[in-house]
Amino acid sequence: MKIKKIRRAKLALKKSLTLPRGKYVLRLFVAGATARSLQAVLRVRELCAAELKGRCRLEVIDIYQQPELARENQIVATPTLIKEFPKPMRRFIGNLENLSGLFAELDLVVKNKIIV
Amino acid sequence: MKKPGPKLAASATRLPKCPTGIQGLDEITDGGLPRGRPTLVCGGAGCGKTLLAAEFLVRGAVQFDEPGVLMAFEETEKELKANVASLGFDLEGLVRRKKIVVDYVHVERSEMQESGEYDLEGLFVRLGHAIDSIGAKRVVLDTLEVLFASLPNEAVLRSELRRLFRWLKEKGVTAVITAERGRESLTRHGLEEYVSDCVILLDHRVNDQIATRHLRVVKYRGALHGTNEFPFLIGDDGISVLPITSLALNHQVSTERIATGVPRLDAMLGGKGFFRSSSILLTGTAGTGKTTISSNFAHAAARRGERVLFFSFEESPNQIVRNMHSIGLQLEPLVKRRLLRFHSQRPSLYGLEMHLATMFKEIAAFQPQVVIIDPITSLMDLGTVSEGKGMVTRLIDYLKAGQVTTLFTSLTQGGHALQQSESGMSSLMDAWILLQDFEGNGERNRVLYVLKARGMAHSNQIREFLISDHGIDVVDAYIGASGVLTGSARVAQGDLEKAAVLASQQEAAQLKREVERKRKALERQIGDLRADYETEALELRRIAEQVGTRTLLLGTERTASGILRQADAKVAASTRSKAKPGRKI
Repeated sequence: MKIKKIRRAKLALKKSLTLPRGKYVLRLFVAGATARSLQAVLRVRELCAAELKGRCRLEVIDIYQQPELARENQIVATPTLIKEFPKPMRRFIGNLENLSGLFAELDLVVKNKIIV
Repeated sequence: MKKPGPKLAASATRLPKCPTGIQGLDEITDGGLPRGRPTLVCGGAGCGKTLLAAEFLVRGAVQFDEPGVLMAFEETEKELKANVASLGFDLEGLVRRKKIVVDYVHVERSEMQESGEYDLEGLFVRLGHAIDSIGAKRVVLDTLEVLFASLPNEAVLRSELRRLFRWLKEKGVTAVITAERGRESLTRHGLEEYVSDCVILLDHRVNDQIATRHLRVVKYRGALHGTNEFPFLIGDDGISVLPITSLALNHQVSTERIATGVPRLDAMLGGKGFFRSSSILLTGTAGTGKTTISSNFAHAAARRGERVLFFSFEESPNQIVRNMHSIGLQLEPLVKRRLLRFHSQRPSLYGLEMHLATMFKEIAAFQPQVVIIDPITSLMDLGTVSEGKGMVTRLIDYLKAGQVTTLFTSLTQGGHALQQSESGMSSLMDAWILLQDFEGNGERNRVLYVLKARGMAHSNQIREFLISDHGIDVVDAYIGASGVLTGSARVAQGDLEKAAVLASQQEAAQLKREVERKRKALERQIGDLRADYETEALELRRIAEQVGTRTLLLGTERTASGILRQADAKVAASTRSKAKPGRKI
């Protein structure tokens, strides 16, 4: 039992270490196809394309389609962008008009490719 | 608000209500919370908001088959389950049986940043999903205001909350929203402006070091409701707001009479004792035997097979049992047979209202026919005079509605005018017995009067009552020229009277003897006189006879000599007729 646990923990640690450096995992929760949702999706896609080329795994979830995920992920406001990786976990609520906070969190140098 | 006139008209347009199942709350709100509308429950920390909301849900699911959603913002599902389990609610089981969904909403401010426009659709979706998954009819949001602390944009939050309440109404769910009490407004963040149908205010106050929880329906749109502040308590089976009996005087009355356990006292009360379901006041100073008389009453009732509930605020049950044992009253077997139950509490344990609430609960649980409250005054001391009177009124109303006979004892302070000291209660009582101490001749003696007894011809006499090892004895006090005599003075007076009677008896006997003697003397005299008379009469007769004989002899001699001398016969005849009257004399 104990050995199993340790093994599992080891595996998780290995996995986290093997994730390529600078790999980003982002999840965006939106509620339906509102203007606000679309805006958020566009902004985050833009960001991934411009700044995190190939290093970004983005998941867009419509909570109307999967309401149980809203509960699991403690979603209150929409849209919400959750930065799962790198740790620590951060939530950005809103339509991502203002990305300065996210940039700071992502340790990105603003390269003027997208308007912050 | 306009009062609706006749009741029939009101019921036709009555608002649909959603019963909470919480003891007393449905009475105050006349049927429950407004169905399909949100209700705001506000109050300070620790006054039972979450519990009230949780009980609303649990009772809805269990008693009314209305599943519910609990959206918790403060406590996790696990904590909630543990908290309500201590009150006997099986939240865990209800969640498993899909009667209740608990959704813990956690918003961590530190890991959140605002990055543009947003709304709270996430919350709506979660709530909507939870409601639809079990077909919920009831929703609790506990405590929504946490959002104010965790979401940066208050303007957005406010507009979203407005939308939320509208949405809840559209969904047709009966919602309870809890909120923290604010300094000047009902809630800290002014939630009351969104929830305008029903607002319930909870309060936890400390008065004279005694904390009591209160509940008040501040607002109930479109319905009549009790506007007073009602105390409530959180017990083993959830919340119970004091059952408010209507203060209308329409109790059923009984003509049945019940004995007091003291035969002479029954005799003083029209020969039969008290009326059933009447309220009786027993007043007296310390040590006049109030508890003894009440125990006697309890004993008599329990022996008849009635259930008796004895509230004691001064003595422990064991102490009463022991003390009554000393006067030959066996209470223990009755306690064992569950006919007599004691409920002892220190008056200072909690506030007046809480006492009343526990008493109501006890009475409802035990269903007694006789209740004894010993003494009521120690309860009344907890509040002001008006509070005390209000409490007694409510207690009496409650008991009378249940046809319970109640005996209150009241400890009066020496030196006060009696009528004044009992002004708070006496008018509420049907019978009033006064116990008093008479001090004199170096002793104290107990006396008893019936001051009033509604509806019966009661004795107006003062009686002395004695407590001995075989119980209570009521005896006539001596009332004479020198006032009321009791105790040894009464006994002494009795002896004096006996002596006086004896003396007069002796005198009479002597007089009788004298008269007899005189009569005898007289009779003797009469006898003597008669004897004298008889002797004389005898003498007289003898003399008369002698005279007759002599005359006859004389006549005979004459006739003989006439014959001898050949005399005329006519002469002889005339002499005989002359002799006759002489014999008669």
